[in-house]
Amino acid sequence: MSASNGHGMTLAEKILARAGGLDHVVPGQIVEGNVDLAMMHEQGAQTVLPFHQMGAETVWDPDRVVIAIDHWVPASTEGAAILHRILRKFAAETHLPHFYDVGNHGICHQILAENGWVVPGDLAVGTDSHTNMLGAMGAVAAGIGPTEMAAVLALGQLWLKVPPTLHIRVRGRFGRGVTAKDLILRILGEVKTTGATYKAVEFSGPTIEALSMPERFTICNMTTEMGAKAGMVAPDEKTFDYLRPIAKHSMHPLRADADAAYERTIDIDVSDMPPMVACPYSPDNVRPLPEVVLEHVKVDQVFLGSCTNARIEDLREGAAMMKGNKVAPGVRFIVSPASTKIYQQCLEEGIIETFTKAGAVFTNSSCSACFGGNMGILAPDEVCASSSNRNFPGRMGAKEARIYLLSPAATVAAAIRGELTDPRDLM
Amino acid sequence: MKDVIEGRVWVLGADVDTDQIISGKHLTIIDPNELKKHVFEIALPEFATEAREGDIIVADENFACGSSREHAPQAMRAIGVGAVVADSFARIFYRNAINLGIPTIEVRGVRKIFEKGDTARIEMRAGKITNLRTGAFVTFPPLPAHLLELLEVGGLVEKVRVELARRKAVAGAA
Repeated sequence: MSASNGHGMTLAEKILARAGGLDHVVPGQIVEGNVDLAMMHEQGAQTVLPFHQMGAETVWDPDRVVIAIDHWVPASTEGAAILHRILRKFAAETHLPHFYDVGNHGICHQILAENGWVVPGDLAVGTDSHTNMLGAMGAVAAGIGPTEMAAVLALGQLWLKVPPTLHIRVRGRFGRGVTAKDLILRILGEVKTTGATYKAVEFSGPTIEALSMPERFTICNMTTEMGAKAGMVAPDEKTFDYLRPIAKHSMHPLRADADAAYERTIDIDVSDMPPMVACPYSPDNVRPLPEVVLEHVKVDQVFLGSCTNARIEDLREGAAMMKGNKVAPGVRFIVSPASTKIYQQCLEEGIIETFTKAGAVFTNSSCSACFGGNMGILAPDEVCASSSNRNFPGRMGAKEARIYLLSPAATVAAAIRGELTDPRDLM
Repeated sequence: MKDVIEGRVWVLGADVDTDQIISGKHLTIIDPNELKKHVFEIALPEFATEAREGDIIVADENFACGSSREHAPQAMRAIGVGAVVADSFARIFYRNAINLGIPTIEVRGVRKIFEKGDTARIEMRAGKITNLRTGAFVTFPPLPAHLLELLEVGGLVEKVRVELARRKAVAGAA
């Protein structure tokens, strides 16, 4: 661990300087940033009242606003149906054309990613805490509340305090059965849930450069669990290749200066890292999975889903493990793709068939069991192995229920064996 | 915002996340008066029925981490919570609470000088929080000017309302 005392700017500082129309910014400085992209999910329904109370009549730029409902799709309660209706009405009244409604839906962050709504250099905000995921595009992407979103819709701006940057450099090759999810869990175990509060997290190094875009989404996604304002990876050829066919607006690729002033730098070598697991009741309660496996942790439910790990790559990997196996007796296995597009890919590739014939429930795309408000709710004392991002008390239902956070491979391994399992045993 | 805020204290531990303040099953509720019936259902079940206007929440580190749900501070505002004070906050809650006009103060060491039911006295500009039962106190740097201004006008809705009216007037005069 080392501190760098250069005078250059970090990636977050470069992006916020651009957003504020400034040449140079320093941590602690307040910037009035121009927003490149604003995203709302159901929580956006709470944006409508403050928007009107502010006296606002029009949205600053309808082509930079995306609405993507995801928590209750299709509406599972009357309350959710009302939220959806409020959003549809608001979108019609304020002429917001980019509404990903039932049938064309997906988890909001995946919708932004796969449709090219966030590009390098952007300042993006969304009414969901995992908006950080889009920092993988080389952007500053942060979660905000609905009242703040009302101000953004009215003005196209918000104030941000320039955060200090935590630099995480990663080297080494992943061993067999070890993934980007294991890396971010390991980092959480070290940095803890408060280790990056108010900070930006910038990932770099040969391991990060070797990651695919979906893997970068996974690691940036869980910077939220570290308390970070934003998590990001500098854009490179992979970013440009991913975005070129789909980018919705022009890219402004930025990189940190060679002498950037980081608050601190953490070096991690993944060469000998085993699969990891975050145990109840915090995402930073992280241990090597092989150690926890010895305790024979039986599971009642397994969830392969969420904005963290439900992309086509995750589901392909899971299906490959599932093939020729069955879901263990007494285990409920829920698979929920991150978007309708991914659902369709799964259909074409036979992934749905593989999972359902093995005894899993393959649902439509939504946040699904991740947040304990829609489906896949846990009863008191039940145990769930999950590819999602949070395991605080009550996250998936009963406050006594225990959630273990894992890679997609380890999640599927738990479904097959009925207890926490090292995925390498099934590969 | 009053410069001096006094109120009865409720204490909470570290890492109380927003699921423990308003759990996922209540997220489709948007009426703050309905939400307040469920506030702290997991972390502090007696709060919703026993809390009264002006009460002060004193929490340990990383208060309200987790989801961006504004339901959490909305419910606190509906109850009339006088202030929220913690050793540290998660960033989205901190912004949400101040945007809603709730005095929100981060002070290292504040949790350990209070017990449930104590009376806290907060001096916003002087930067001091005192336990009126024990006399113990902690100090903090007063909030930055732009945040004090937000609290002063009653929150972000009012601030943007004034700004939009100003822009309209300028456009009308031009």
